[in-house]
Amino acid sequence: MATPPSPDRPSSVFEYAPAPESRSIVDIAPSYGLFVDGEFVDGSGEAMKTVNPATEEVLSEVAVGTADDVDRAVKAARRAHSRVWGPMRPADRGKYLFRIARLLQERAREFAVLESLDNGKPIRESRDVDVPLAAAHFFYHAGWADKLAHAGLGPDPRPLGVACQVIPWNFPLLMLAWKVAPALATGNTVVLKPAETTPLTALLFAEVCRQADLPPGVVNIVTGAGETGRAVVEHDDVDKVAFTGSTEVGRSIARAVAGTRKKLTLELGGKAANIVFDDAPIDQAVEGIVQGIFFNQGHVCCAGSRLLVQENVHDEVIAALQRRIGTLRVGDPLDKNTDIGAINSAEQLARIRELSDVGEAEGATRWQPACDLPDRGFWFPPTVFTGVSPAHRIARDEVFGPVLSVLTFRTPDEAVAKANNTTYGLSAGIWSEKGSRILAIADRLRAGVVWANTFNQFDPTSPFGGYKQSGYGREGGRHGLAAYLSTGDEQ
Amino acid sequence: MTHVLDPHALTAETPPRRELPTPYADVTRSESAFRAFLHGLPGVDQVGAQSRVAMLGTRSIKTTSKAWAIDTAISMVDLTTLEGADTPGKVRSLAAKARRPDPTDPGCPPVAAVCVYGDLAGIAKEALAGTGINVAAVATAFPSGRASLAVKLADVRDAVANGADEIDMVIDRGAFLSGRYLDVFDEIVAVKEACGEAHLKVILETGELVTLDAVRRASWLAMLAGGDFIKTSTGKVSPAATLPVCLVMLEAVRDFRAATGRQVGVKPAGGIRTTKDAVKHLVLVNETAGPDWLTPDRFRIGASSLLNDLLLQRQKLRTGHYSGPDHVSVD
Repeated sequence: MATPPSPDRPSSVFEYAPAPESRSIVDIAPSYGLFVDGEFVDGSGEAMKTVNPATEEVLSEVAVGTADDVDRAVKAARRAHSRVWGPMRPADRGKYLFRIARLLQERAREFAVLESLDNGKPIRESRDVDVPLAAAHFFYHAGWADKLAHAGLGPDPRPLGVACQVIPWNFPLLMLAWKVAPALATGNTVVLKPAETTPLTALLFAEVCRQADLPPGVVNIVTGAGETGRAVVEHDDVDKVAFTGSTEVGRSIARAVAGTRKKLTLELGGKAANIVFDDAPIDQAVEGIVQGIFFNQGHVCCAGSRLLVQENVHDEVIAALQRRIGTLRVGDPLDKNTDIGAINSAEQLARIRELSDVGEAEGATRWQPACDLPDRGFWFPPTVFTGVSPAHRIARDEVFGPVLSVLTFRTPDEAVAKANNTTYGLSAGIWSEKGSRILAIADRLRAGVVWANTFNQFDPTSPFGGYKQSGYGREGGRHGLAAYLSTGDEQ
Repeated sequence: MTHVLDPHALTAETPPRRELPTPYADVTRSESAFRAFLHGLPGVDQVGAQSRVAMLGTRSIKTTSKAWAIDTAISMVDLTTLEGADTPGKVRSLAAKARRPDPTDPGCPPVAAVCVYGDLAGIAKEALAGTGINVAAVATAFPSGRASLAVKLADVRDAVANGADEIDMVIDRGAFLSGRYLDVFDEIVAVKEACGEAHLKVILETGELVTLDAVRRASWLAMLAGGDFIKTSTGKVSPAATLPVCLVMLEAVRDFRAATGRQVGVKPAGGIRTTKDAVKHLVLVNETAGPDWLTPDRFRIGASSLLNDLLLQRQKLRTGHYSGPDHVSVD
């Protein structure tokens, strides 16, 4: 080979120096109240602490709303709906939404840093995915505000009234946008309960609502834990309940709402199959597997947590996957080069550990790359289980962490049968260079979203939602509007 | 020095087919077998390849790692002039720059090679004597490759006779695109033979192959035929080096080494003009083929104007402020 050019040639290890995003862009107050009727007010419950999961440092104290606080919030929302937001010209509602969308863009960096601090997700994802998508949802729905008569939902669809929304901790701001944007665009007012461990971006969003001069009471944010959520969902004067979170909680909400006039949408858990055929573009499939299960530490309800790989390419795919996982950078969520951040909470970490141990005990083979994890905070290395059988718990239960279960199949029929053999049905992926196969398989998968040669791609124009225990109703797109409108034929 | 054609060149016969590394020993036994092999390589999803390089493009390379990357990139440059107007004077001045890219800083590494047309290889060789910097010469009717095999081989032998350490050949894209893969293969084998001791870089001219599937097939073809490097472009066709193309070629050399044990180098050429572009390529190498390729023996960047931008960024890191284009030498 060519001779090395000189003795002072640099050494050959390319270490990336730390490239931390500055956190000085965000001001985190020592304590936060509830956002009710356009003002920050004290909560009646005992305040809770929110921590940075990467360091266990307490970020702030956040008020806890009780049933009385929730009642005040619902009353404010009702008032705002009947006096201001409901009667407002739809085009004017659209203007508010456009304004919010622009403010989210202007303050994108602030939101991204705060999201990574409170949630533990890498800044690359909060900066490039969560925040831009949240803004996109507001832009998209702003456009619908004065065009609802053309949404295919009848000539004059009407708002429902007050929507109460309970959102999870995995995409705090993005899930807020998925809920708040369509509700406001369709003329409803909102009482939102953010997740207990990740309230901060919702509270920053409250500030944006004020900055946008959104009329008081249109958006109310009541922080707290499960009890607060229950009070929100069970309040009598609510017309609509929207929940994203675990199937277990979703079930109890469905019970609570049954027999009332409340309209309900649930977006719950998943155990998505990511199906790799032997004619797949292998390198891109490996990227897609990584993106499918390790995006957001696997805290994704539509994560591709079951890899179904055709048996004749199993070894090749797994070898390539392991090599690729070896290059993932796990660590400081604020470092711009981090691929995998912290697990959101000690509780979630315990669940991931427990299910992984069960996987091993049931006979699957655990593989993890060599990686140094920080001493403090909640961390779990990217993990692959091979030799998983459909009977194993790690093939059936949602882990909600960076844990991939690998199963094999021999024929397309077997792939479909195994993919559908789950109580969930939120998403699925198909990898093949053969278009006809993709279409044929997609038709037979019982999953709300099917990705072809990609995974975990989201867009506000595309409806999202599940089959079976993954919930019901759709969010996003034209279909998502229906969840917040009365077309007159329901009653 | 002499530029006389080898008198036997025009009657040169194709040498017997090269022996292939074990797992692929029989893939060139017939045109259809070779075609089946190349078409059986896993496809490349273009959208996926683009999103992968876009993600790697967000890597933030700062401070010490940036300094390392700039010096490494400088040491990987094939400083190139390939103009009809090239003269011995131009080549000598380029050679002087190659030895000492930044005259104000002796700590600045020299480049890997100087790349010229074959008739000027002798001038370059003389000017670089004793420096360890290689002379690379383009050959085989560069850039189009439209000549008979005999003429191409004569071109190679001439360049080697003039002192070229490395030969940058072009493949016959016409043959490749019309599906005559064995013709392309045999030609590379013959050129490799004609190179003797010189190392062979095989230019795929990916801007004319267009699809990433074709890039992957051409990469494997060139590696099987014995190329020491696979190179993206002549620099005369647009687009030249792009990140998705480079990604696919890096995957190919990585997989080829895993299968055969032989490590082939990669050289993107053309279109890499800024330090930022160069650093993106190094990140791509690091996270695709791996650190084993982060050496001038295995990764080169064919460029001319890039070097000055690398030098300006290097000065900026050293002094803390940007200087102007007059603080680096014109080529």
